Amino acid sequence: MTEMIVFGALFLLVSGMGFVAARWRRPDTMHSLDEWGLGGRSFGSWITWFLIGGDLYTAYTFVAVPALVFGTGAAGFYAVPYTIVVYPLVFLVLIRLWSVSHVHGFVTPADFVRARFGSPTLALAVAVTGIVATMPYIALQLVGIEAVLKTMGVNGHWPIVIAFAILAAYTYQSGLRAPALIAFVKDVLIYLVIIVAVLYIPTRLGGWGDIFDSAQAQFAKTPNPSDGILLDGTNQLNYAMLALGSALALFLYPHSVTGVLASKNRDVIKRNMAALPAYSFVLGLIALLGLMAISAGVKPVVTDGKPDTNTVVPLLFDRMFPDWFAGVAYAAVGIGALVPAAIMSIAAANLFTRNIYKEYIRRDATEKQEATVSKLVSLVVKVGAVACILLLDPEFSIDLQLIGGVIILQTLPSVALGLVTRWFHRGALVAGWAAGLAAGLWLLYETPNTAKGKAHFGSSAFRLSDLGLDTKMTVYAGMLALAVNLAVAVVGTVVCKAAKLADGEDATRPGDYLADENDPKVKDLELASST
Amino acid sequence: MASTDPAAAEPAANEPPARGRSDRSPWNWLLVVPVVVPLLTFLFNDDEPRLAGFPAFYWLQFAFIPLGVACTLLVHRMTRKRG
Repeated sequence: MTEMIVFGALFLLVSGMGFVAARWRRPDTMHSLDEWGLGGRSFGSWITWFLIGGDLYTAYTFVAVPALVFGTGAAGFYAVPYTIVVYPLVFLVLIRLWSVSHVHGFVTPADFVRARFGSPTLALAVAVTGIVATMPYIALQLVGIEAVLKTMGVNGHWPIVIAFAILAAYTYQSGLRAPALIAFVKDVLIYLVIIVAVLYIPTRLGGWGDIFDSAQAQFAKTPNPSDGILLDGTNQLNYAMLALGSALALFLYPHSVTGVLASKNRDVIKRNMAALPAYSFVLGLIALLGLMAISAGVKPVVTDGKPDTNTVVPLLFDRMFPDWFAGVAYAAVGIGALVPAAIMSIAAANLFTRNIYKEYIRRDATEKQEATVSKLVSLVVKVGAVACILLLDPEFSIDLQLIGGVIILQTLPSVALGLVTRWFHRGALVAGWAAGLAAGLWLLYETPNTAKGKAHFGSSAFRLSDLGLDTKMTVYAGMLALAVNLAVAVVGTVVCKAAKLADGEDATRPGDYLADENDPKVKDLELASST
Repeated sequence: MASTDPAAAEPAANEPPARGRSDRSPWNWLLVVPVVVPLLTFLFNDDEPRLAGFPAFYWLQFAFIPLGVACTLLVHRMTRKRG
C-alpha cells in the first residue's frame, strides 16, 4: 500500500509540472511548430542533457535491458558499447543536421531530405518509416509502466489509460516543454534509485564477485549454450553489430532528432556529446540488475501461463527495498515512460504535419495550422499506442519494436550520408530504401525463437547459416539489411548517372552545414520544386 | 536559388563557404577510437582479471565510457573556433 501511495504522489507531482510547463520560458505564442514542437529551439546545455537523456534512456530500456541480461547474460550488455559508440557519430555527423535545420527551419529529418535531394517521394518514405518505427516504441513505454503495476498487484488496463490521458492532455498544452521539465524529476529519481541499488543490493547478496559467480552457475544449468556472463563464439559478431547498428539507428529516430534540434547552438550539442555518456554508466549498472535478480533467485510474474521477464527488476526492488523506497523506484520507471512517450508522440506528429499534411493535403498551411494539426495528431498517436497495448498481444508490440529498429536504419543513406555527401541519386536512394526494408523484414521473418516457441520474428540475431554459410555465428539483421540498401543505392546511383536521369535540386549550400546560433536564417524557404 | 551541380559533392565551387569555416580537422580521427574499440569483443571477452569482483568483460566496458568522454572532449577543445 505504501508503495502505491508514494508512486501515486510522485505521478501526480509530475502531471502538475507537465501542465505548468507551458508557462516555463514562456514564448510570445505557442502557435508554431518551433515553439510547440521544438521548445523554441532555445534549450541550453543542461536542459538538453536532461531532455536527450530522458529521450534515449526510456522506461522500456530500464525494464527490458536487465530483463535481457536476466535471460541471456552478457549478450544483453550490448547496451553499454552501443551508447558509447553513438556519441562520437553524432558529434561528427548529426551536428550538421542541427546547422542546416537552423538555417532552413527544418523540423524533421524528412524536411531535410526533401530539401537536400529535391524529392517529395524520398521525404515521404523517410517520414512514413519514422512514424511506423516510432509508434510501437511509444506502445512499449506502456509495457514498462505495466510491468511496475503488475508487480504492485494492480491488474487491468485502466491505470494505463488514465496515465496516458493525463500525458496526452499536458503534451497537447505544453508541447516539448512538458517532457523537458519532467525529465529533471525523472533523472533525479532514476539516479537516486540506481545509486542506492548498486551500493545496497550487493551487500545483501554477498558482494559483486558472488553475484557474477552465482549468475554464471545458473546460466550453466540452462540448455541454451550461448548464455552466460561472457560471450561465446557464436554471438560475438552479433554483439558488435547490434551495438553498432543500434547506435546508427538511435539518432535516425525522429524523437532523437527532435531533442537535438531543440538545443540552441552547436556548442550545446558538442558539450552534450561529452556529457551524455554519464547515462551509459547508469544504464550499465541497470543492466547488471538482471544478474542481481538471478543471484537473488527472483522468479518473474506469470500471467496467463507466460512468465513476464520484464517484471524481474520491479520484483527485485520489491524484495530488497523497504516499501516506500520501492514506491520511489516504481515511480522512477513510470515517469521514465512519460518523458520519451511525450517526445516520441511530438516527433511523430511533426513528421505527419510537415511531410504529409503540408506536402500532400494543404500546401499553404500557416504556422498556426501546422501547430494545431501537430497537437491533434499527437493525441491520435497516443490513442493508437494505448490501442496497441489493449487490443494486441504485448508480444506483438515487441515484434514491432524489433522491426522498427531495423527499418529506421534504412533511412541512414538519405539522412546521415545525405548530411555529408550529395553524391547519391534520389531515385537510387528510394530503391535502396525499398530493398533494405524488404531484406530486413525477410531476415526477421526467417529468424525463429525456440525458447519462446515462435517460428518467425523471434529475434534480430540472424543466423548466417541460413544464407548457406558454414558457421554458427549470428549477426544483427538491421546491418545486413543496411548493407543491401547501400549496395542498391550505390549501384543505382552509378546507373542513374550513366543514364542521365533527372536528379532533384539541392536547396542547401555547403556553408549551411556549419552555421551556428547567430547566423542568418533562410526565412520562408521555397523548397526546390520537383516532380 | 543557385543551382547545384548534382555530380559535384561539396565543397561546391559556386558558393563561398561561410567565412572560411570548416568542420574538417585531423583531430576528428581521434573519434575513431571510441567508435571502434567497444566493438572489438576479443579485447574484453574475458573473466580475468577481475576488478572489485567484476569480470574483465564488465569493468573494461565501463572503462570505455570515460575513454569515449576523454576523446570527445579533447576533439571538442582542439577544434573549437577561437574568439
